[in-house]
Amino acid sequence: MSKFEALTGNDAVATAMRQINPDVVAAYPITPQTSTVQKFSEFVADGLVDTEFVTVESEHSAMSACVGASAAGARVMTATSANGLALMWEIVYIAASNRLPIVMSLVNRALSAPINIHCDHSDVMGMRDSGWIILFSENAQEAYDNIIQAVRIAEHPDVLLPVAVCQDGFITSHGMERVEIYEDEDVRAFIGEYRPQWSILDVDHPKTYGPLDFYDYYYEHKRQQVEAMKNAHRVIQEVAEEFNRKFNRNYGLFEAYRLDDAEVAVVVVNSTAGTAKVVVDQLRAEGLKVGLLKPRVFRPFPAKELVDALRHLKAVAVMDRSISFGSMGNAGPLFLELAAAMALHGVHIPMADYVFGLGGRDILPSEIESVYRDMLRAAETGQVERMVTYLSVRE
Amino acid sequence: MATKLALKELIKQPTRLTPGHRLCAGCGASIIVRQVLMAIDDPVVITNATGCLEVATTIYPYTAWNVPWMHNAFENAASTISGIEAAYRALVRKGKIPDRNVKFIAFGGDGGTYDIGLQALSGAAERGHQFLYICYDNGAYMNTGIQRSSATPMGAHTTTSPAGKKIPGKQQFRKDLTAIMAAHGIPYVAQAAPSHWRDLMKKVRKAVNCGGPAFINVLSSCNRGWRHPTDDTIEITQLAVDTCYWPLYEVENGEWRLTYKPKEKKPVEEWLKRQGRFRHLFRPENRHIIDELQAEVDRRWERLLHLCGEA
Amino acid sequence: MAELKGWRDIPIGGMILEAGNAVEYPTGTWRAFRPVFGEAKCIHCFTCWLYCPDSSILVDPENEKMLGFDLEHCKGCGICASVCPVNAKVRREAGEELARDDPRLCIRMVEEGKFQE
Ligand SMILES: Cc1ncc(C[n+]2csc(CCOP(=O)(O)OP(=O)(O)O)c2C)c(N)n1
Ligand code: SF4
Ligand code: SF4
Ligand SMILES: [Mg+2]
Repeated sequence: MSKFEALTGNDAVATAMRQINPDVVAAYPITPQTSTVQKFSEFVADGLVDTEFVTVESEHSAMSACVGASAAGARVMTATSANGLALMWEIVYIAASNRLPIVMSLVNRALSAPINIHCDHSDVMGMRDSGWIILFSENAQEAYDNIIQAVRIAEHPDVLLPVAVCQDGFITSHGMERVEIYEDEDVRAFIGEYRPQWSILDVDHPKTYGPLDFYDYYYEHKRQQVEAMKNAHRVIQEVAEEFNRKFNRNYGLFEAYRLDDAEVAVVVVNSTAGTAKVVVDQLRAEGLKVGLLKPRVFRPFPAKELVDALRHLKAVAVMDRSISFGSMGNAGPLFLELAAAMALHGVHIPMADYVFGLGGRDILPSEIESVYRDMLRAAETGQVERMVTYLSVRE
Repeated sequence: MATKLALKELIKQPTRLTPGHRLCAGCGASIIVRQVLMAIDDPVVITNATGCLEVATTIYPYTAWNVPWMHNAFENAASTISGIEAAYRALVRKGKIPDRNVKFIAFGGDGGTYDIGLQALSGAAERGHQFLYICYDNGAYMNTGIQRSSATPMGAHTTTSPAGKKIPGKQQFRKDLTAIMAAHGIPYVAQAAPSHWRDLMKKVRKAVNCGGPAFINVLSSCNRGWRHPTDDTIEITQLAVDTCYWPLYEVENGEWRLTYKPKEKKPVEEWLKRQGRFRHLFRPENRHIIDELQAEVDRRWERLLHLCGEA
Repeated sequence: MAELKGWRDIPIGGMILEAGNAVEYPTGTWRAFRPVFGEAKCIHCFTCWLYCPDSSILVDPENEKMLGFDLEHCKGCGICASVCPVNAKVRREAGEELARDDPRLCIRMVEEGKFQE
């Protein structure tokens, strides 16, 4: 029997890690991720897991040790945020390129400078082209469920890519929620044993990992990564279906909330989607046809499915918690990619981007409401007033 | 029974580093790797920092390694091996793989060890992983075209410390990395040279059986960077030892011990004059650098003798 | 050179599955000088074998004999000749500077292309 517990997002992830009982965890403290590794250290100290916890001296070494351990055929996990991820940077790419199924809890925090410990998505958006699978979580429950599924996705023989599971720093990571925790045995049965095809520890069949790879083969190895991402698109959905059968919680590529008969919608990831649902309900009560789309899978980007879910609308707003500086309109990355997807699929409806919440700035329901009202106007006039709005920044 | 450290016995072992690698003719790095791996009878797993040794031995789709080997990046050979070693311990403990007494070795150049990889090495040593880190110290970033590192000897010409009209080569003394590693209090630290192969191999054996982290700093000639004929590799290495520029010693559980004392301590000049990278020092206006270098070599040698209880 | 393969036909992640396949790569073409035996008898001490950076000294481990040079891979560095103790003895006894290709040596370094078996 599963049970409900009052847990923070970080505790929920640590609980999933306890149940997964990875062979190796290498991690380094950074706010707001720290309480995950603290909690996990307690599990190690109390003998509740038999993981080798490598208390590295930096995040660069955390990811480096994860790469080594994963090449050794171990089930490997880590956790980080913002500057920690930035310090890992070089090895983040290497983990994906070496096709190592590492699972990372990424507690989203604003990148320096100025230094800031609160939530935005500049950290994860920096890794979007690195070759990692990226999943978003609205709340602690989703973070917990995503971490469990991530193990299966990453280790699938057709995928073999690392997975980052995001949740919002402080908002989710430190907010106490009611989380359904499944039986340890059920989680273990769901993830199964990891049976790596190769291991650097196989001393009888020595292999060389990470050679110098020039113009004659490097490109082919990159092409293989493309194939793995294509496969991940399928595997993520298969794993979600199996998860649903087992734990009765439905995940897909995205969640559509009151979207079917909507005329306008907001697209937003992570915790803000929760707030936006409340706003949708309020506006629906007024008789306004509004809906919400919350992407769960950002990499691989499910362009066609997203476009199909949005094509019937009269206006779409994307809310971005980061800026792609110098990009078209200095917009956010989610907007840029979604707008491109819509246009390339021949769907031409008014779209606007709303950058919000940088460095942990609160996003109020009234602000989300104003976004919906902008879109309702755009639906009428057939055009948006501004392509990019920086919500709640002082002039 | 460990293989006897006699060449007649060692030739019977399978080759762990094959020919067909693309290190320059006469490079010291592969000589060192061969000696290190010959000394170990147990299975080994290797990580290798970016650098000449790494690039030249694994040009895809070829590998010169007959043992499991991984290159991750430039600065993380130590953290990568610590992840592998942690995985080994976990998997053995969980009964997923048998305990084969595997030895974990990391190779890094001086750049990858003294400089960019020092933090990772220090961290891995402090955490107590069972691994042996071998620094093959050729005194510069050779792979990128002979730039200075903190291991470059004072006065040496490199492409980022060129012997110019105003500044005659590198201005600083070499960082004493071996002593820094000894200060970590790990069970085994040593300095070695391939010219003294039996000494080197004995050290490797002690290192992999010391029950904790071990570090050996090995002098590695690079004829491209040092500017000497390719066949002088071993002789020039021997001279570095005999001038006490590169003393051979070990620090075992905190005990310092000299493992080789030159019969006659030669002037450092004898080592310098054989290498083109020091040619400019022999101009009258630069002689004082040789004197300074000699004084520093003497100072460090005296200190070492003192630490080894030989003074 | 092996034929270039497509992305479906190579292991993922840049892994090389054939250990030690660099032996297939001939580095002997780099050689400007070639090691050859001279008049002085080899004492099969294996010093050259120990120091050859390219594992290009051929030995018979059973009978403990140094057999010669792997010219597929030997890069001609000359280390084998310089560490050879017989060479050192010949030089000492000659009482004069000997050229690298002096026929009296045990291992001589001769210019590639100029040597006739
Ligand atoms: C993070 C990073 N910075 C710089 C480089 C470029 N680089 C590659 S090898 C190298 C020098 C290696 O020097 P060393 O460790 O002494 O080894 P050597 O080549 O001399 O054997 C440098 C600077 C790199 N690969 N990665
Ligand atoms: S440049 Fe120097 S260190 Fe690098 S392969 Fe050549 S001789 Fe060896
Ligand atoms: S010349 Fe150099 S590469 Fe050739 S056999 Fe002698 S030592 Fe080896
Ligand atoms: Mg170097």
